[in-house]
Amino acid sequence: MTQARTRSAELAIDVKGLTKIFGRKVAVDHIDIAVPQGEVWGFLGPNGSGKTTTIRMLCGLLNVDDGHGTCLGLDIRSQSEAIKRQVGYMTQRFSFWEDLSIRENLEFVARLYQLADRKTKVDRTLDRLGLVKRQKQLAGELSGGWKQRMALAACMLHDPRLLLLDEPTAGVDPKARRDFWEQIHALSEEGLTVLVSTHYMDEAERCDRIAYILNGKLVTQGTVPEVIAQSGLVTFVLEGAQVRHLLGDLENKPGVDYVGFFGAALHVSGQDRAALEQTIAPYRHRQGIRVAETPPNLEDVFIHLQEEAK
Amino acid sequence: MNFSLARIYAILVKEFLQMRRDRLTLGMILGVPLMQLFLFGFAINFNPKALPTAVSVDDPGTFARSVVAALRNSSYFDVRIETNSPQKARQMLQQGQVLFVVEIPVNFTRDIVRGARPDLLVEADATDPAASGFALSAINGLVANALRDDLNGPLTVRAQGPPPFNTVTHLLYNPESNTQYSIIPGLLAVILTMTMVLMTCLALTRERERGTYENLLAMPATPVEIMIGKIAPNIAIGAVQSTIILLMARYVFAVPMIGSLALLALALTIYIIANLAVGYTFSTLAENQLQAMQMTMFFLLPAILLSGFAFPFAGMPLWAQDIGEVLPATHFLRIVRGILLKDSGAPEIWSDLWPLLLFTLAAGSLALARFRRTLD
Repeated sequence: MTQARTRSAELAIDVKGLTKIFGRKVAVDHIDIAVPQGEVWGFLGPNGSGKTTTIRMLCGLLNVDDGHGTCLGLDIRSQSEAIKRQVGYMTQRFSFWEDLSIRENLEFVARLYQLADRKTKVDRTLDRLGLVKRQKQLAGELSGGWKQRMALAACMLHDPRLLLLDEPTAGVDPKARRDFWEQIHALSEEGLTVLVSTHYMDEAERCDRIAYILNGKLVTQGTVPEVIAQSGLVTFVLEGAQVRHLLGDLENKPGVDYVGFFGAALHVSGQDRAALEQTIAPYRHRQGIRVAETPPNLEDVFIHLQEEAK
Repeated sequence: MNFSLARIYAILVKEFLQMRRDRLTLGMILGVPLMQLFLFGFAINFNPKALPTAVSVDDPGTFARSVVAALRNSSYFDVRIETNSPQKARQMLQQGQVLFVVEIPVNFTRDIVRGARPDLLVEADATDPAASGFALSAINGLVANALRDDLNGPLTVRAQGPPPFNTVTHLLYNPESNTQYSIIPGLLAVILTMTMVLMTCLALTRERERGTYENLLAMPATPVEIMIGKIAPNIAIGAVQSTIILLMARYVFAVPMIGSLALLALALTIYIIANLAVGYTFSTLAENQLQAMQMTMFFLLPAILLSGFAFPFAGMPLWAQDIGEVLPATHFLRIVRGILLKDSGAPEIWSDLWPLLLFTLAAGSLALARFRRTLD
């Protein structure tokens, strides 16, 4: 009993068998997640794999069809109102009031959470996220990067202990994405737990751990090196002027699980090293093609997982 | 510039596809005209019959009986009560339970026999002149005809010439049958119902369409708090609107205002909240703004046609009256005409005030029951 309590106290998110069914479609299929406090977790998976649904169940926006667990030590089924007060949730689509200014949006949020010394809290948050100069601008007039920054400010306002960010950087330029992640890391250093869903591999690599979800099922999780190692994947990279025509040649050859371009280079991956070496061998001596083995990157792994599931 | 039938066709196909997807809209496009047809066709009667009437009889004679029988048999009057107390009959008129009081005075029979031409007193509620006009013009002939059969033997002479009695008609509350006096207070009811329902029918629908609904749900606001917060500002707008209409009624249309304005303000507040609650309920039901607007139209149509505003309530068939009784506009219409024209006080309007309160409560509860706290 005491052991269970300390365990859930250390874990910001601790859910088992989390399931959501829409009609006949199982959107989330018995997912177990245990996120220790203070960590930044990346939540990855293709579109429609169930990331948003999982996040919405965690913060009480969707009823749980099966499974149980806690969020910040509170039961996700029965204490969702209490969870809402301590969680900052940033929706995938910008969901603040576009006909209100940045400041008015933040003041509204602060009032809903009944924050004491509202004005100083809002001022501090505006300052922290560099929004002071723009505070009178209407949210609807902001560009994507500023909107996302404002949304982060709004869900930080009530000093949540857990941040659930649903593709916060989709459609945001590289500089703004970097700034955003600096904020995330700064917050995490203060002890905040963050679960962030993303499609960007560089962002995934900035997470302490990642969880990959596919068709509603949690397929793999761990640190980035762990996830790569678990895949058992061997990857060769083919470079040079001639590689562009090789995609079709290599597809479905023995040992080749997946062929794809990364930039101008062709990655050929498979789990059977011997067969893969054999398939690759003829290309090693071709004019204008350089072949080398490379550690597989996250994208290789994820695409491989996706291909495997087909 | 060129012109392509193929491109027009492309757009046409797309429009039909979208139209087919939006079943509710399609249903309403077909349903609304059908509803209008029914309402106009069956419910509305420009020559209202079976109007509720109280008869006060103070004469035991045969002629008095004949008059009552004639009224009972006529299609214009529906004698709800026969009493020997003129006070009671007048009270029913004041409360709006009857539109007419026919008073047969003491010694009516004796005076006819004597040829003294007794008075037959007819009091009509003229707050809605359209309702009482036809019936009033019919009553004289009706009674004269009825008595003609009784005037036999030595009394045959009374059947000749002018009727042996004298009909005295009192148009109460609106002696000049000024139509504006009934229309303008009615407009207060109709305009308020239109704007108030429209104001709130988009309350949640707009949040849902703009994606802010999810955010609202993720924050700690309860459904009751959201509902009250969204409805309350519109009460102020309704108050401003009411003030403008009442000022216009007073100074432009010279509508008499003899009752208590404080009581009217109270009834107005309840009426405004009732309509806001309806609009808010629509906003919990509608999936998009178009649907919300269509629901509003669906509500406004009977509110205008069946409330007694456009056509006399008493002249409608019973099923239409039953629908009308559910609508807040019907009750408020009676209240506002009652207070302004008849000096009705709290006891008189209570019979129309509690249905308003009940309606508000029901609409509010439905809205809360329909409010989804999750995105399921």
